[in-house]
Amino acid sequence: MARRSHVQTTLNGETVEFLCEPRQSLLEVLRDELHLTGAKEGCNNGNCGACSVILDGRLVNSCLVLGVETEGKSVETIEGVADPDKLHPIQDAFLENAALQCGICTPGFIMSAKALLDENPNPTEHEVRYWLAGNLCRCTGYDKIVRAVLDAAAAE
Amino acid sequence: MRDFSYIAATTIPEAVALLDEKGESARILAGGTDLIVQVREARRDVDWMIDIKSIPEVNVLNYDATTGLTLGAAVECYKIYADDAICDAYPSLIDATKIIGGTAIQGRAGVGGNLCNASPAADGIPPLIVLNASCVIAGPNGERELPVEQFCTAPGQTALEKGEMLISLKIPVPANNSSSYYLRFIPRNEMDIAVVGAGAAVTLDAAKETIVSARIALAAVAPTPLFAEEASALLAGREVSDAAIDAAAEAAQAIARPISDMRGTAEQRTHLVGVLTRRALNGAIQRVREAT
Repeated sequence: MARRSHVQTTLNGETVEFLCEPRQSLLEVLRDELHLTGAKEGCNNGNCGACSVILDGRLVNSCLVLGVETEGKSVETIEGVADPDKLHPIQDAFLENAALQCGICTPGFIMSAKALLDENPNPTEHEVRYWLAGNLCRCTGYDKIVRAVLDAAAAE
Repeated sequence: MRDFSYIAATTIPEAVALLDEKGESARILAGGTDLIVQVREARRDVDWMIDIKSIPEVNVLNYDATTGLTLGAAVECYKIYADDAICDAYPSLIDATKIIGGTAIQGRAGVGGNLCNASPAADGIPPLIVLNASCVIAGPNGERELPVEQFCTAPGQTALEKGEMLISLKIPVPANNSSSYYLRFIPRNEMDIAVVGAGAAVTLDAAKETIVSARIALAAVAPTPLFAEEASALLAGREVSDAAIDAAAEAAQAIARPISDMRGTAEQRTHLVGVLTRRALNGAIQRVREAT
């Protein structure tokens, strides 16, 4: 077994340190080492987006990043999106629009939507649909998700 | 996932020395969107992953109107299409970088990795071929350059020798009255692998009526992306016309040697080469004519 590496990274604004094997993905590190189970494993090959997190300001699939690659970087996950006493406007909009059913894809969609609105606060429906094309949902049919993101953009 | 060791190289000599020492058991890690999946699914046996993203030379993205574009091997897709000067100069490269995966993939994956992965269906490679890109390669014996159409040698195989790595792609300044276009056929709107891909670059005369030169490239119709050299040469000196474009499309079809698989039959792919070559040429011509 390759030696476990010591990694220091900024996670949702706080410095964290962890040990991981090179073969552990960022998703596995988040879930198995840091016990943050918001990011989900769907396909584990970059198709479904359930593991979406924001790495140094860019949306990525955490299943396609090695944990060791995050040394010195900044990682944002669903656990850091809400304030302690109130939800993020995107989360509110998902609830208001009933933009989730089983909920497995929701953390990924919210991180993806957050990355979109951070970059483009007033996207068109077309832009929302293209941006979210890497996040799969097998329950909603997407329409309510798109409405929720547009509502969140209007509310912010 | 299989066990492997990870090294973040900080200089090209360091990465080259590691590649030379470890040989076939080492693989360069850039965006990782192909490599990590291949290792996880046991499609590549890798004992050493050499992360090159801390090496300055592979992160260069510099367009200069006199010398052209230097595109570092690890530059992610999203940085390429965020640059207005690059969008203006090399539109076919933008066509491709915007359709390689979704947003999260484009945040990690780059054109250099797309090239080194050497998929026959790679969207990033036909634009590089039509834009006359050359590969800057570092190795134990120094640097060399190779025209991009000679880089891929078989599915997943490249012309890189033991110890060699891609540093960057150099793309010349586009000629006056030139433009380029890339498109692919997929059965969905987006987020799919090309059934066939076609790229074209054209240079027109000052009146924008006659083709001075053209380059056509194809994806997913052979073991590697193809430069359709004869089809391209047929267009030089021809007036822009359906007849000239049809002749080039037929010549492009003649070099396609597709397989039948889950994405399409050989017959359909050969048909698509004709359709997409015409559309790519017309798209590039239209862009030249629309430019002020």
